[in-house]
Amino acid sequence: MKNDYFYIPQIEKRNAKAKRFHILVSSAIITTMAFLFFFLFTIIKEGIPAFKQSYIQVDIEITQELVENPYAINATLDKDIAKFISRSWTRSLPSQIEKNPDWIGKTVSLSALTNADVDQYLKGNNHKLSQDQQQKLDKMYEDGIIEFKFNKIFFTTGDSKIPENAGFFSAMVGSVLTMLVTMLIAVPIGLMTAIYLEEFAPDNKFTQFIEININNLAAIPSILFGLLGLAIFINFFGVPRSTPFVGGLTLALMSLPIIIVSAKAALKTVPESIRQAGIGLGLTKWQITRDHVFPLALPGMLTGSIIALAQALGETAPLIIVGMIAFVPDASTSIFNAATVMPAQIYTWSGMPEGMYIEKTSAAIMLLLGVLLSLNAIAIYLRKKFQPKW
Amino acid sequence: MKKDLVSGALDNRKESIYAEDIVKIKTQNLSLYYGEKEALKSITMDIYANKITALIGPSGCGKSTLLRCFNRMNDLVPSCSIKGLIEADGNNIYDPKIDVVAVRKKIGMVFQQPNPFPKSIYENIAYAPLMHDMVKKGKECDELVEKSLRGAGLWEEVKDQLQKPGTALSGGQQQRLCIARTIAVEPDIILMDEPTSALDPLSTKVIENLMLELKKHYTIIIVTHNMQQAARVSDKTAFMYLGELIEYNDTEEFFVNPKEKLTEAYITGKMG
Ligand SMILES: Nc1ncnc2c1ncn2[C@@H]1O[C@H](COP(=O)(O)OP(=O)(O)OP(=O)(O)O)[C@@H](O)[C@H]1O
Ligand SMILES: [Mg+2]
Repeated sequence: MKNDYFYIPQIEKRNAKAKRFHILVSSAIITTMAFLFFFLFTIIKEGIPAFKQSYIQVDIEITQELVENPYAINATLDKDIAKFISRSWTRSLPSQIEKNPDWIGKTVSLSALTNADVDQYLKGNNHKLSQDQQQKLDKMYEDGIIEFKFNKIFFTTGDSKIPENAGFFSAMVGSVLTMLVTMLIAVPIGLMTAIYLEEFAPDNKFTQFIEININNLAAIPSILFGLLGLAIFINFFGVPRSTPFVGGLTLALMSLPIIIVSAKAALKTVPESIRQAGIGLGLTKWQITRDHVFPLALPGMLTGSIIALAQALGETAPLIIVGMIAFVPDASTSIFNAATVMPAQIYTWSGMPEGMYIEKTSAAIMLLLGVLLSLNAIAIYLRKKFQPKW
Repeated sequence: MKKDLVSGALDNRKESIYAEDIVKIKTQNLSLYYGEKEALKSITMDIYANKITALIGPSGCGKSTLLRCFNRMNDLVPSCSIKGLIEADGNNIYDPKIDVVAVRKKIGMVFQQPNPFPKSIYENIAYAPLMHDMVKKGKECDELVEKSLRGAGLWEEVKDQLQKPGTALSGGQQQRLCIARTIAVEPDIILMDEPTSALDPLSTKVIENLMLELKKHYTIIIVTHNMQQAARVSDKTAFMYLGELIEYNDTEEFFVNPKEKLTEAYITGKMG
């Protein structure tokens, strides 16, 4: 029933408009969510198998000879089983024997890493095994001679040309070292610059020019920072390439503008009345900034810095330019040793044809996303924790 | 509660009218420019010690600007330039040899919006005296905090919750906290820019009584939009219009017997 008293002309039209807008917005959100879920779903589906790895039970007669030539076991084992064992495991046999000298002269039952083909066949992926071998493997799997275990290798080794021996550990170490350098350089410099520009610098043409430039730097393609890093740090200062040091410096260049801009925004949110109160009490600019403005801006500054570092952590392009995409099998022990980083490792693996690298790529992406999510969670937590109570 | 508001105000005013008048701040031919715009036009007025001087006038006439000249807050406005002289106890406050921070310690300011630091009540008061090296941490500082809070008439209400954030107090309490914070640095002169305009009538009354109490020790200049307030609390009233000081007189005389047509129009509500 129509109520004339509460009738506004065109009310239906207006409502319809609002409704159309609502539908448009929700469909946009649903589309985005769909993409996100699709992405996460594929990554997880492909990545989960990488966390388990097949091992084969073998009885081996340990002799002194094996220490010199571990490949001699191939002669003593069943021909097919010898083919199932990973070369990298055979290669590691001497060091295993060294750790357990009492094995010599005995026949011990060891759990040997299988090679990629076996692993991939058992996981139902592409493989190069013959019909015969497949039947044999099926049988061994049923008998429990072959079993899946948690893939420790992925978390303890570096990159390898042998797919089943390739791990993410050295990339993680490389990322940690690189991020340390970036953090120690970019955060203090960035925060101090922001405080200076926002609180102390006179407002003149020169500082305005600097601020405009900083804002624009935040939007520059990251690969250019790589070129800058190459030109300044490697070519001019002679910093060794491929190291976390040069990578960290380059990423610091990239993060600085973002940190400065976000810290300035955090300082802008501190009410002017707080500064006025301090001035009215005869406090110096430094006292007001240090004890009243800075603590209020700190949560925002921390959040901005962490987000900037998280972005740097996921950055590949500038690091490729300073050589951090090198093949690095061993975890770096200092910021001056060659290292690779997580996204660079993902990039390298993603170009490999073997199925095992494909699943490791996805697993590595899961780890990287996990770290990024945790960093964001930390940022939110810190912001909540240090938020001043008004 | 303190003395009855109105009679208290009258008593105090009578005292000071007949008391010896000591010039605390001397302002001579003060002109102030925001860029090209002349916001204060050759103002000459003397502010007397231990009195409350009220600045009234329509919005935009320059009351806040004049008040902020007395503690050099206008220095913070880059486009602002000043001609003329302001002396506090015979010392030119714009003397380049004087540290502006020291001027602001001697001449404190209370703002329109209560603006306590988002820290505890205790820290709000103790911070500036500690920074000025007036007291040492510990007992001495505790005593100063208590004295200042008592001075601002807030002690009884907050003595058990000094660690509570100052921002958790009511508006009127916050403003008294700001006053306590100001008197804790022991200034000579207190500037107040519409200190009660954000408060309810009851809190306003409390603060007005407080000002009457404070003037025994301090010289107070207050900007107000409320003519009743000026009449209630002030000893001297100045009327400003478009950057000029139109009339400046003892409050009673000012309201009962205005000399200028403009003043009369303003206080009778025919303008502004
Ligand atoms: N920072 C500034 N820059 C430029 N002009 C200003 C500035 N502050 C104030 N003015 C101008 O100076 C004049 C006086 O301002 P002021 O704030 O002193 O007025 P007021 O009497 O305090 O008014 P109100 O009662 O509204 O507070 C106004 O015309 C104002 O526009
Ligand atoms: Mg004003």
